[in-house]
Amino acid sequence: MSGYFILIILVLAFVLIFQISKASEYVSVLKGEEKSFKQSNRINAFLFILFMVLGLAGAWWCNELLYDRTLLAQPAASDHGEKIDFMMWLTIIVTGIVFLLTQVLLFWFAFKYQYSEKRTSYFFPHNNKLELLWTVVPAIFLTVLVGFGLFYWFKITGDAPKDAQIVEITGKQFNWMMRYPGKDNVLGRKNYRLTDASSGNALGVDWEDGASHDDIEASEMHLVVGKPVQLVINAQDVIHDVGLVHFRLKMDAVPGIPTTLWFTPKYTTEQMKKITGNKDFVYEISCDQICGSGHYSMRGVIIVETQEEHDAWMASKKPQYLTVQEGAAPAAPAADSTAAAASATMSKPLAQLK
Amino acid sequence: MSSETISHGHTEEASVHSHDSHEAHGHDHHHEESFLSKYVFSTDHKMIGKQFLITGIIWAIIGGLFSVLFRLQLGYPETSFPVLEDLFGKWAAGGRISNEFYYALVTMHGTILVFFVLTAGLSGTFANILIPLQIGARDMASGFMNMLSYWFFFLASVVMFASLFIQTGPASGGWTIYPPLSALGQASEGSKLGMDFWLISMALFIVSSLLGGLNYISTILNLRTKGMSMTRMPLTMWAIFFTALLGVLSFPVLLSGAVLLLFDRNLGTSFYLSEIVVKGEILPNEGGSAILFQHLFWFLGHPEVYIILLPALGMVSEILSVNSRKPIFGYLAMVGSLFAICILAFLVWAHHMFVTGLNPFLGAFFVLLTLLIAVPSAIKVFNWLTTLWKGNIRFTPAMLFSIGFISLFISGGLTGIFLGNSTLDIHLHDTYFVVAHFHIVMGVASFFGMFAGVYHWFPKMYGRFLNNTMAYIHFWVTLVGAYLIFWPMHYSGLAGMPRRYTDWSNWQSFNQFQDMNRFISTVAMIVFAVQILFVFNFFYSIFKGRKVTSTNPWGANTLEWTTPINPGHGNWPGDIPEVHRWAYDYSKDGREFIPQTEPIGADESKH
Repeated sequence: MSGYFILIILVLAFVLIFQISKASEYVSVLKGEEKSFKQSNRINAFLFILFMVLGLAGAWWCNELLYDRTLLAQPAASDHGEKIDFMMWLTIIVTGIVFLLTQVLLFWFAFKYQYSEKRTSYFFPHNNKLELLWTVVPAIFLTVLVGFGLFYWFKITGDAPKDAQIVEITGKQFNWMMRYPGKDNVLGRKNYRLTDASSGNALGVDWEDGASHDDIEASEMHLVVGKPVQLVINAQDVIHDVGLVHFRLKMDAVPGIPTTLWFTPKYTTEQMKKITGNKDFVYEISCDQICGSGHYSMRGVIIVETQEEHDAWMASKKPQYLTVQEGAAPAAPAADSTAAAASATMSKPLAQLK
Repeated sequence: MSSETISHGHTEEASVHSHDSHEAHGHDHHHEESFLSKYVFSTDHKMIGKQFLITGIIWAIIGGLFSVLFRLQLGYPETSFPVLEDLFGKWAAGGRISNEFYYALVTMHGTILVFFVLTAGLSGTFANILIPLQIGARDMASGFMNMLSYWFFFLASVVMFASLFIQTGPASGGWTIYPPLSALGQASEGSKLGMDFWLISMALFIVSSLLGGLNYISTILNLRTKGMSMTRMPLTMWAIFFTALLGVLSFPVLLSGAVLLLFDRNLGTSFYLSEIVVKGEILPNEGGSAILFQHLFWFLGHPEVYIILLPALGMVSEILSVNSRKPIFGYLAMVGSLFAICILAFLVWAHHMFVTGLNPFLGAFFVLLTLLIAVPSAIKVFNWLTTLWKGNIRFTPAMLFSIGFISLFISGGLTGIFLGNSTLDIHLHDTYFVVAHFHIVMGVASFFGMFAGVYHWFPKMYGRFLNNTMAYIHFWVTLVGAYLIFWPMHYSGLAGMPRRYTDWSNWQSFNQFQDMNRFISTVAMIVFAVQILFVFNFFYSIFKGRKVTSTNPWGANTLEWTTPINPGHGNWPGDIPEVHRWAYDYSKDGREFIPQTEPIGADESKH
């Protein structure tokens, strides 16, 4: 009912605006086009200056409201993230100055040089010095931004340290699966044709490869604070993207083309709860590349912990190879039903464990 | 050139067969045109331009309405709107927009506005209407090809429109249709028949764009009137010329990408597919590369952004100069910067792909070339500011939109400096920061350029004015609304909030913006309503607007204002005028404006 009511109001408002507009056109013809032109010109010029003042005030107010909800208000949780935050502030300052300068000039000129009978325009077709000035000055600023940007870009995308922990993350519609290389720190070979979730091989690991026998699979990512980690990123069906907002990083997961990304977590999950003042804080993995109707729900969780906690967690896990060997035939269907109940995530291997 | 006597000149058909612009045109045929040949299968560039414009307006309403629908979901995720179920059935079961429907809406919103409105509706309209009028030609180089260009666009529109009614829905993988999502029907409902329709429609659209573009280029190069050297052309012509070049060189690449995708979908090839397990099904395809498609797509996709923006840059330059009563500052620098943007547009496509696993060394070049674009853009902004400086500004509706355009171009351009820098892109890629950036600089700004063009040349198109009061309301609500919608989005982007999510409520990191989303949705609906007001003003004024009484209502120098108020096919009833000067002699030697057709006086000052 209220819907129709709103519709009627809208239509009435439309008719009203239309009638006023027609009437004002007739009035301007009666009053003389010249006179009404001058009047509306003054109003519009004033509105421009008003827009500028209210706009700048509004931008400040918007910042007051929303700044604390952004990541600018909290420290980056990785070393790479700190570089990105520095780059962000540098760019905000440079572009902020240009923004203020040009917007203020634009609206000020519009107001100041509004039509007046007394003035004639100044014939000023070109001036090489001025044009050179605003070619060179932006070029210098951009060189600085490009310089810093590329310096950090190569640091961030450079090779991971040799002692980095390796974690494999695989995306599929619509969840993430992790694999840890176990004691040998080598991930077992995979062959996508071997993928068979019902027999406990959701990732398509080739059990023929001995390196796979101590690999551990899980649905959460466990990282060690202060220890570099290299992610090996895969996708099974469509392109996904491993988005790590608190670390300020992301990398696509592409079927058939593994990608990598490395960083060093700076704070444990517990520390971040204190830093952000949010007792429910959790590092989240978001999918940042549209991947189908469940894209918005493709959430993963990272737990950053101390080395001791991490070792204890690892010790509690059983390598997937052993689980598959033990479970062989009968475990699989049972696991399936549990998994289905657990919202169709990849928790099949986990379900077998518990 | 008296206008009143021949203002009904559309019956006085001037011959268009002669391309020698200075041959006398004495023979008027007086043959009656049928409705079909005049309004439907017309070869008159002005009518074709109007066809593009009106088709574009219809698409803009559809595309805009889609955004209102998905903004309903984003602003009010908990609320049920029973009317939606009445209208859309299973797509909005329970009065809530389903996920499939949401993604279909987002995809179609992007596709429609980028291609059908801001490419066909913008360049199609103004290239067609303005090229012959501003360079002094009777029509396009090939009127027939021009007509085909529109009708291929129409066909593309029909196919795309039909895809909205397919049982499995239209394409829903985003307007960038990345495979494998777009290649595998198992992966998404929208990747079934809807995707084939999308690709076929786009292939037809590309044909239309190529037919149009080749025509624009050859007309500008070959059919300029006597005295109209390239450096005397108005900046609109330069902008449209570069736009057409971009389109002709980059659209075929998208066509190849689309055709390969059709093969992957229907013929079992593996151009983009490799090692895929989808919904438990192991596919046989190996050896393709999903990233290959992104290269092919963005090789068009990035120039496409400039195909959308360049005509707006040109029209704004022209309108700014006319209404400041001042020459455009730095004409050659303006042409040079258009040229630089045009060249760079081809060299930056991979900045959309910094996080695909692209070789970082290669990425570095794309960073450098991308940020280089800021230099010609800065030149343009400062030149516009200097054009306003010490002018005598008349705030016609077209001028208002031009000034609004500059403001938006600055705001959106500066955020491009964030995203073009790969280091920041790692963080900001595919967040709402990107949504805010491209909507401001490419979406809203280009729309402002388009509105400026419509308000400025409407008297030339229909011999009537649009209503000023409605135009002022349209401008101010749209400008304020655009900033209210997109400014706060930068903040959610800086929180890392990903785009293309239907709902963030299950996320710890992104659920803090619900009030902001509701606010944005409300403003978006108001802004949409005001666009409807513009559409109403447009159609009403075609028939009932205030009549234009002089041939040159804005006191402009360019050639289109030397034609009769309602020019017939062939544009000038007599000889085509000869050009003696550039288009920007405003307020020179104490004269408010000196048309291009006026010979240089003996004691005229040089510039």
